[in-house]
Amino acid sequence: MAAEQGKVDPMHQFKIEPLFGTDHWQIAGYHIPFTNSALWMAITVAVLFLFVRGGMKRELVPGRWQMAVESLTGFIDNLLAANVGPAGKRYVPYIFSLFAFILFANVLGLMPLALIPGLHPFTPTSHFTVTGVLAVMSFAIVLIVGFWRHGLHFFSLFVPHGTPIWLLWLIPIVELISFLVRPFSLALRLFVAMMAGHVLLEVLSSFVITSTNSGALWGTVVGIPSFLLMIAICALEILVAGIQAYVFALLTSLYLNDAENLH
Amino acid sequence: MPQIAQLAETYASQIFWLLIFFGFVFFVIGRGMVPKVMATVESRDKQISADLSAAEAARAAADDAEQTWQAQAARQREETQALIAKAKAEGAKTSEASLAKANAVIDARMADADARIAAARANALGEIEAVASEAAAQIVARVAGIRVDAAAGAAAVKEALHG
Repeated sequence: MAAEQGKVDPMHQFKIEPLFGTDHWQIAGYHIPFTNSALWMAITVAVLFLFVRGGMKRELVPGRWQMAVESLTGFIDNLLAANVGPAGKRYVPYIFSLFAFILFANVLGLMPLALIPGLHPFTPTSHFTVTGVLAVMSFAIVLIVGFWRHGLHFFSLFVPHGTPIWLLWLIPIVELISFLVRPFSLALRLFVAMMAGHVLLEVLSSFVITSTNSGALWGTVVGIPSFLLMIAICALEILVAGIQAYVFALLTSLYLNDAENLH
Repeated sequence: MPQIAQLAETYASQIFWLLIFFGFVFFVIGRGMVPKVMATVESRDKQISADLSAAEAARAAADDAEQTWQAQAARQREETQALIAKAKAEGAKTSEASLAKANAVIDARMADADARIAAARANALGEIEAVASEAAAQIVARVAGIRVDAAAGAAAVKEALHG
């Protein structure tokens, strides 16, 4: 496709394709083929499983691997302790799953695995169907916890402390809107950040290829700077992969704090 | 963009497989493995703090033992000093007593000797008087040819001798 047209299609990397002839799989009328997206989720889960597995030796004096796994769990534990308090301890499994899954999916999608012929890396987190499900899950947990712990008193979330009485008709509406926007902002932030980075890398690589094909002059003037920029943006994208996973986990824990402790 | 273009045909598959795989992550890794990892960290922290407090307690005990030992040493030193002082005082007392005894003996002997000396002197003096009065009588008899009464002579001699 892209190669046949002689140029790089920066959107091709986001295309979902059914794999292994599972195109006809259906449950209750829903079309659920095992796609390349599902395959990369599976790879993410497998890598994550092996990573955490390596930290389960439970030695008193940890080795390097155990230390790495323990610092990841400790990081999530501290995040929740700092943002939610002692009640945050029970959300460690969920926030850890969220953070680790997003982080591993982001980073695996950035790996230069396309160099291996026949392998097309795919980043599940660059699809809002995926990030949306994660965001809706986080939002649902916030709602359930909030109403479970505070009942209808949870609505006092929309009236922050110190609201002047003459603004009582406006503030709750503003707060309600900002509350309802949360799942969308969660989902779109991650999806846009991942997609933008991948598109940028692909566009720059198409500059390198096209300019080099059109002669040594253009290759030098356009190709080499684009290539250097690509290297820098690769480093930036690895940073973004970590930051977006962190932001998703951090915001979810902040929302959980609202649900646990109100304001 | 495929995310939107393929939305209708892929959303079910995306949601289905995400729920499967994220569910695996949550239930197996998040709820199964992560608590074990954290329990390991916690038990290590607990052990470290227990070891630290044990070391602290041992240090306190050592300090305590040293203090007791020092107090005991000071007390023993005091006792020793008292014992030495007592022995010194006793020794001084005994030597004083024996000295006093010896002094008394010496004094007695000296008094005895003095008495004897005085007696001897008196004796000697008496003899000298007798010899002198006899000699004086004889001298008087030879020179003057006068027989002097022995008693008068003795009185005269005594007067001459004693002034």
